[in-house]
Amino acid sequence: MPRYFTQDHEWIDVEGDTGTVGITDYAQSQLGDITFVELPAEGSTVAKGDSVSVVDSVKAASDVYTPVSGTVSDTNAALADEPELVNSDAELGGWLFRITLSDPAELAGLMDRAAYDAFVAEL
Amino acid sequence: MSDDVFPDDVSADDDAAEEVAIALLTLPLDAWHRARGGRMVEFAGYLMPVQYEGIIAEHQWTRENAGLFDVSHMGQLFVSGEDADAALEAVLPIDLATLKLGALRYSLLLDADGGILDDLIVSRWREGLFLVVNGATKWDDIAWLREQLPDAVTLNHLDERALLALQGPAAFAALDRLASGEHPLAALTFMRGGRFMLGGVEAWISRSGYTGEDGFEISVPAEAAVAVADLLCGAPEVKPIGLGARDSLRLEAGLPLYGHDLSPETDPVSADLAFAINKRRRAEGGFPGAERILGLLTSGAPRRRIGLSLEGRMAAREGAKVFAGDREVGIVTSGGFSPTLQRPIAMAYVDSDLAAEGTALSLEMRGKRLDARIVPMPFVPHRYHR
Repeated sequence: MPRYFTQDHEWIDVEGDTGTVGITDYAQSQLGDITFVELPAEGSTVAKGDSVSVVDSVKAASDVYTPVSGTVSDTNAALADEPELVNSDAELGGWLFRITLSDPAELAGLMDRAAYDAFVAEL
Repeated sequence: MSDDVFPDDVSADDDAAEEVAIALLTLPLDAWHRARGGRMVEFAGYLMPVQYEGIIAEHQWTRENAGLFDVSHMGQLFVSGEDADAALEAVLPIDLATLKLGALRYSLLLDADGGILDDLIVSRWREGLFLVVNGATKWDDIAWLREQLPDAVTLNHLDERALLALQGPAAFAALDRLASGEHPLAALTFMRGGRFMLGGVEAWISRSGYTGEDGFEISVPAEAAVAVADLLCGAPEVKPIGLGARDSLRLEAGLPLYGHDLSPETDPVSADLAFAINKRRRAEGGFPGAERILGLLTSGAPRRRIGLSLEGRMAAREGAKVFAGDREVGIVTSGGFSPTLQRPIAMAYVDSDLAAEGTALSLEMRGKRLDARIVPMPFVPHRYHR
């Protein structure tokens, strides 16, 4: 299952026309203790680059932008009680939402793991 | 995602970061913080550690043990000379006649309309009056004071000194093993200070701070700051704590932060700081803004600074509008998640007719309305050693 990354520190796993989106481990380490995650409404239609979710840390709130366009099909219910999952397991159990891609060609503009790691190393 | 938490994070050493770093000032403990994993951010024109291991862990450590905070960005000023008391009373609403040797008192720098230019602590030393002012405002404060004080009074900026705060229930035990002075450390109660030796270094130590916990503030020569920080962090009760936890701790303690909860647009009565207008000064006046402030003390202020406890987990941040039904009644000036209470809390200014405890209000955050209720401050009880 291919995984792609954005310059805004989101990741997306793609299987068929469904993507699972989260923030990267680097992102969570920068944000610090996460206390609340505002998730998008299931069924909402979103466009690549829209702010669809907000991650609250002790200090501040940060927007999460969807890496692709599509329809939100599912959100991670576990985050309601355990927002800290985004800290402890950002790139697996701390996923944020699933999306049905409307334009898979958008994936071509994203980075692979090697490119993202190189991007972060430059920050 | 947008990383607007640490927008000025310049701890990464790439070229862009170095360019920023050149424009910023560093403090005596800069390398000390970095060596301990401090994430350095811009604050009040300086690079300072926002966190080491994490804000919540550092917050809880301070509430349960003792945290060491570098507050060397704050301005340490010294006022001396003939009639220094009278000169300072012309600038501050403080009663210096009742400020005894070694005592500290909270006061306010006010403009001619009673707007708050800064909040500060005044201590009486044998040789004069020691002032600690906020870092972001210290240059303006110095300029203002130089303008206001007569020539016979000398204002020194003690910029060759560092300032540390040791805060938490174990602060006394840790410091008592290390400090010796003109009297035992135990003789200091809240808002009292004295001269001590700390690892061979002369220090002014006061029992004070901005976390709501028992604790001390320690002024030492800048060149000794590393040795003193090492000495204090050598105690098993003590860990270094960053600005992030300093902010969440002072918010829980209900303590206003200048530049957020206090500004030239706020006055002492609205800010619930009328206690800083000392009794004799209320009767006599003669301080900047006296006319307006004494009027507000009689008639009441149109708005009040209050505390809010929020439903749910989404925090309201500075700038969030406060509503009572459809009526906009105020604005949030500080807000965040309380690690101790495990819920979001906030400070806000609201219309006085809606400032009573228990009043249900809503806060607008990102297009949503968050339910909140006015609660007494401090949110977490103070544990000062009185």
